[in-house]
Amino acid sequence: MSLNIIVLAKQVPDTRNVGKDAMKEDGTINRAALPAIFNPEDLNALEQALRLKDANPGSTVTMLTMGLPRASEIIREAIYRGADGGVVLTDRALGGADTLATSYSLAQAVKKMEGYDIILGGRQAIDGDTAQVGPQIAEKLGIPQVTYAEEILDCKDGYVIVKRRLEHGVETVKAPLPCVVTVTGSADECRPRNAQRVCKFKYAASPTEKLALSEEAAKHADERCPGIIQEWNAAFVEADPEQIGFPGSPTKVKAIENVVFTAKESRRLENNDEQIEELVKELIANHTIG
Amino acid sequence: MTQDNNNLIVYCEWDEDHVADVSLELLTKGRVLADKLGVKLEAIVAGHNLGEVEKELAPYGADVVYKVDDARLAPYTTNPHAALLINLFRQIKPQICLMGATTIGRDLGPRVSSCLHSGLTADCTALEIGDHTDPKTGKSYTDLLYQIRPAFGGNIVATIVNPECRPQMATVREGVMKKEIYNPDHKAEVINLKADDFVKPEDYVVEIIDRHIEQSKINIKNSPIIVAGGYGVGSKEGFDQIFKLAGVLGGEVGATRAAVDAGWVEHARQIGQTGTTVRPKLYIACGISGQIQHIAGMQESSIIISINNDPNAPINTIADYVITGNVEDIVPKLIKYYKKNSK
Repeated sequence: MSLNIIVLAKQVPDTRNVGKDAMKEDGTINRAALPAIFNPEDLNALEQALRLKDANPGSTVTMLTMGLPRASEIIREAIYRGADGGVVLTDRALGGADTLATSYSLAQAVKKMEGYDIILGGRQAIDGDTAQVGPQIAEKLGIPQVTYAEEILDCKDGYVIVKRRLEHGVETVKAPLPCVVTVTGSADECRPRNAQRVCKFKYAASPTEKLALSEEAAKHADERCPGIIQEWNAAFVEADPEQIGFPGSPTKVKAIENVVFTAKESRRLENNDEQIEELVKELIANHTIG
Repeated sequence: MTQDNNNLIVYCEWDEDHVADVSLELLTKGRVLADKLGVKLEAIVAGHNLGEVEKELAPYGADVVYKVDDARLAPYTTNPHAALLINLFRQIKPQICLMGATTIGRDLGPRVSSCLHSGLTADCTALEIGDHTDPKTGKSYTDLLYQIRPAFGGNIVATIVNPECRPQMATVREGVMKKEIYNPDHKAEVINLKADDFVKPEDYVVEIIDRHIEQSKINIKNSPIIVAGGYGVGSKEGFDQIFKLAGVLGGEVGATRAAVDAGWVEHARQIGQTGTTVRPKLYIACGISGQIQHIAGMQESSIIISINNDPNAPINTIADYVITGNVEDIVPKLIKYYKKNSK
């Protein structure tokens, strides 16, 4: 059975490696200092999608992301690894969205697609760590969800069998298609780029990217990989302006603070045997250890 | 049933024969918030063979316990529990709903919030009651739930409010709030609900085929001594010394997100906002710079020793003892002198 597979992905600032230069003096984040990357767990989800495609000839993997026009970079990356194409949902009106407004917007985009059997995505994105968008899209589409998925074990007869990774063990569940499956970082890593695909799709460009290309490169893009990276806006997906972006977000950020912890008076010790032995004796004497 | 009760409700997780710790922690916090708001603290438990679960919940301050006892509700699956909360909340209209930020709460919360179009804030580290004025409209709100959480990988802390939508929903990780008996003799009103009044047959859509649930052998949450390693430990092999020190001290090994992401230790050892919150008697931080997301999960340790070759590592400001030097030099010395001086 061939499957229409949608993979939700997000381009995120690499918050795992926030150096000193990434914080401005006023305590806000200097986004420009952080590289924009493919959200790690979305790559785990992509791998599960590509395995489904491998096992079910004739299947397609379509990426869907919401963000700035440059998020087309992660779609191209996914194409290099095996995805067939994708959509960047991009519009100033979508900015400032919380998870609910985001999931509404993405659900509208999913409805615009030519049918779907399964929607995969990472469990959560590293810039928010909320894990909300997957389940909320499932609710908006009125389909079941399977979260914390580690592996899709089987997909046939209109069902998917999924192994979930929970706090204290694993659970195997059977869910009817279509459904949303969110994949955790403990799942297998995504396959690397395929050299042949890189050659074939290096000219794949979104409409915004094409504007910046030379005439020749734009011609290549049109001839070799036309329309495989699309850009959709809020009007195209028939999103209700009241439900998107900042106005459509029930949660509001009241305050952002740089974190200051109460400093203690620390005792500074040298790295020498006497001082370290002294410390150990002190901890034994006051029953902290031993 | 009281209509439009405006109370605070905690979704309590039923784990075969007891209520999950995180739910009791949330009742403890919920009691404080409910008192501040002058409303009742309610609890909902859904599962099977619940017995007299109200006796477990009432001492933590629950005034009302909604019980939904049905074999089809255990083990947990998403849609039946979501339908239960959605339809119950439409009747009783709580102003606040708290859940554990567990694989259950983080699966259930978004589904419920999406359907009710209420805001949900994940993984809060503090919850308070306060006022809010919308900077754009100038409209004022009193007694909102301040949902405070680290954001952006834990580099900043954001206070989130839901001015208009109800319930205001938040999840909190296990161990973040303290679990404390409110009053051992506190009594709760029990309201038994029938699952069929809330859940449609077609909601039982996902079938559990198999479950292997085992309690993790790693228990950093309750260990009085934790030796934790960060990216400065340098490698998986580097963690051998960390394990040795934890072993001789009779403690557990913890780690930062960076060390876990690098694959040096298992995720169950991760301490911080996206891992476990710990409050040990002794915390030895080895090669940990002290990102906020990590400090948030260990700052309440009684004694903190920081071993770092950067004398200005941020974690040093909250440490009681700071040893400047290489982890691979200092940790063996701690082992050596502990063995020499302990009985």
